[in-house]
Amino acid sequence: MRHPQGGERRTWRFRLFTAILVLVVMAVVVSVAAAKPTATSATVKVGLITKDATNPFFVKMHAGANQAASKAGAQLIYAAGKDSSDNAGQITAIENMVTAGVKGILITVADAKAENAAIAQARAKGVLVIALDSPTSPTSAVDALFATNNFNAGVFIGKYARAATKGRKVTIAMLDEHAGSSVGALRHNGFLKGFGIKTNDKQIACVANGGGQQTQSQPAMENCLQKNPNINVLYTINEPSAAGAWTALKNAGKKPSGVTIVSVDGGCAGVRNVKAGIIDATSQQYPLRMASLGVAAVVKFANGGAKASGYTDTGLNLIAKKPLKGVPSKSVKYGLANCWG
Amino acid sequence: MGPTRTLQLARRLITAPTVGPFIALVLTMVFFSLKTDRFFQAQNFSLVLQQVMIVGVLAIGQTLVILTAGIDLSVGTVMALGQVIMTKLAVANGVPVVPALLLGVLTCVGFGVLHGGLVTGVRLPPFIITLGTLNIAFALTHIISNDLTFTGLPKLELFWGRTFSISGTDFTYGVVLMLVLYALAWYGLNQTAWGRHVYATGDNREAARLTGINTNRVLLSVYTLAGLTYGIAAWLLIGRTQVGDPNAGQTTENLDSITAVVLGGTSLFGGRGTVIGTLIGALIVGVFRNGLTLIGVSVIYQYLVTGILVILAVSVDQFLHRRNG
Amino acid sequence: MSSPEPMSSPEPILEARGLVKKYGQVVALNGADFEIYPGEILAIIGDNGAGKSTLIKALSGALQPDEGEISLGGERINFRSPRDAQRAGIETVYQDLAVAPALDIASNVFLGRETRRRGPLGSLLRLLDKRGMRREARRQFEELGIGVQSIGEAVGNLSGGQRQGVAVARAAAWARRLVIMDEPTAALGVKETGQVIDLIKRVRERGLPVILISHDMPHVFELADRIHIMRLGRRVAVVTPKTHTMPEAVAIMTGATPSELDNVLAKKGSPE
Repeated sequence: MRHPQGGERRTWRFRLFTAILVLVVMAVVVSVAAAKPTATSATVKVGLITKDATNPFFVKMHAGANQAASKAGAQLIYAAGKDSSDNAGQITAIENMVTAGVKGILITVADAKAENAAIAQARAKGVLVIALDSPTSPTSAVDALFATNNFNAGVFIGKYARAATKGRKVTIAMLDEHAGSSVGALRHNGFLKGFGIKTNDKQIACVANGGGQQTQSQPAMENCLQKNPNINVLYTINEPSAAGAWTALKNAGKKPSGVTIVSVDGGCAGVRNVKAGIIDATSQQYPLRMASLGVAAVVKFANGGAKASGYTDTGLNLIAKKPLKGVPSKSVKYGLANCWG
Repeated sequence: MGPTRTLQLARRLITAPTVGPFIALVLTMVFFSLKTDRFFQAQNFSLVLQQVMIVGVLAIGQTLVILTAGIDLSVGTVMALGQVIMTKLAVANGVPVVPALLLGVLTCVGFGVLHGGLVTGVRLPPFIITLGTLNIAFALTHIISNDLTFTGLPKLELFWGRTFSISGTDFTYGVVLMLVLYALAWYGLNQTAWGRHVYATGDNREAARLTGINTNRVLLSVYTLAGLTYGIAAWLLIGRTQVGDPNAGQTTENLDSITAVVLGGTSLFGGRGTVIGTLIGALIVGVFRNGLTLIGVSVIYQYLVTGILVILAVSVDQFLHRRNG
Repeated sequence: MSSPEPMSSPEPILEARGLVKKYGQVVALNGADFEIYPGEILAIIGDNGAGKSTLIKALSGALQPDEGEISLGGERINFRSPRDAQRAGIETVYQDLAVAPALDIASNVFLGRETRRRGPLGSLLRLLDKRGMRREARRQFEELGIGVQSIGEAVGNLSGGQRQGVAVARAAAWARRLVIMDEPTAALGVKETGQVIDLIKRVRERGLPVILISHDMPHVFELADRIHIMRLGRRVAVVTPKTHTMPEAVAIMTGATPSELDNVLAKKGSPE
């Protein structure tokens, strides 16, 4: 059998390929040779790593960090996990930021423990690591923690829910984030404390994971209602979760007045829901402040100042439309003036 | 004879499926070298390798499966299950570390055997089988771990995360293991009869059977070996995160392993591709993630670029597929 | 109707009696008989669905008949897989399933029968003897007069005719008793078809009998010593190019009525 009829065409194509290949190789050689390493700028680099990049809380945190960085003349490098439990993504981001030469990393850890090894390596290289919002376990894994007291956030809304349902028979549902979420555990336990009950109290009809997201919280609440339709107190990890649960309640024919819903965050959408009577009370926190304090701490450290350490409370207020006796709270107006998102 | 031979060699080199991905990788590296002086450093390359190590090892198994015209959607969750078994047994159940590791690896191998058995015995499509086992492994991970993160692990479980130093650059032992596994996979696919049979089976299962190849045995071996790589990846993952984490390896690793294989020029139609290409594919993703952070660009752009490259790679594959029938 | 037998040998090399194969309601083989003698090219013709492919799949071990018996060299055999048939010395060239395009020519020739290096490299590390296989493949190609540029070329880069050449060379290289070819020229152009036909002749010159399934009557009449005609799952006649014309063979194949057939036969005289 002879050689293919396409022989000529193939040789031609081969020449084209070689030409392209040679060009590419030449381009590579030339550009690498000409590559002048960009001068290491004197600007301070600050890393920010959030759980995911879409939650409004983290969006606000990112914006706050950007503002603070440009004010201080620093450069912010931002990264986030693919979803709120993407540990590997956060570890990779830590390593890359250390290589990028950041002076400090601000991180909301996806897991209380899973990032500790990578954080330890970063600190060993002299990088200041500050946990924002979510504490690590142990807390000594990072240099400092800038956060809302999440336990107190839970206590506030627990007390409010107790006062709102005084003297009534309560059936409680709790929508958590996901397993291993340190913030979730703190808020959850704070709520129980504020409400004055234990983890396995019989009044708790349902505990489910909504991932802190509206789309996952709705089916979680639907299933809770299926389990016990009499639910009249609802704790949610955050306001998107409360919004998802509310859709489920509405579809089940419940009225806002029939169920006491409490939440945490104080985002603008959440506060508006308080105004609309969907959420009865929420613990407002201040991510912008966390981020700007964090950036400032890193810049101070980079300029020869001391490392930040310990726990810094970034503040907390209970926002409620209907103030209740014995439970201090701020108005919706205040909440809207100080909200984020 | 001389010139024509060289010509042929050059042509084979150019039409080799790894050339495209390789050029893409080189261009990416040139780009980041130009943008920042922190990129082109031995320490940074070691870092990128360390970051692709887990997906890289998973992608070896995925390459084998895809070469036989299959797909495995369960890689990440099977790995997560193996990891939780390894750590839970050692920490919570007091099992000595070696049996704990072995049981973890064996669990993953067991999933591989299950996949292979269903593909050959019941002749179910791999997509559906592994969609099922994805959920099964996910559930088992959370049931077995009781949603707890395991810490305080024995040293041997953390071994692959340890580093050694060559002239000032730190390398992770896990990276070495990954490279060894790639070498072994290359040897098996290119230098043994088994490798030929994998390609032939993937290209056309019925034709391979008619040629006298025991295609069922080939497929079973491929899925079993793939399970083994997931087990090894589980151990690497523990070394990297230093914990046993039930939330690990969910959707990200599954899709990333397929991305690496596709970017590496392996055909989703089966029968064409290389394991070295897969390594390059994994590195492309890793270099983008690393480089973008180094130049201070949000990691989100990595997904944008990866998406474009995947579509490009599949288009080239489709074109070659039509041409070669 | 009895079949003309070549004078050289009275003993068929491969013989089948009363083969039946059913797929649910569909009867693919309905008591088919078959025999081929040493050194001959036997063509099998028949309309679509006449059972040609099913018959040769039964003979090559690709499927197992429900009823009937097959004997090779006078011995009863029962192929459970293509591998069994290969071990017995029967090689088959399938029409479109010939080769693995990603592998090179030598690898295709040795596919499923790879040789390993001598010593521990082969036995322990299972290292392939690539050089040896290429040498052997090249020798085979030269013997059959097939010119290929490089034995290390991926088969996917070859033309259709060259691919078919690789498939035929593989069959010829391994067959000890018999080569079966299913539509070897179906997808080829005129020139390439000619090349494959030359190849088939050369395989016969090596003393191997060939079973050739083809739709192409001129080629069948050019090549075949005898022509086995299938219709509705059974053999209806065996003719030779000397005793019958193409229209006559086609008439039998398409099921001309007995009287029509008698007419045709009477004009020509009985083959006996």
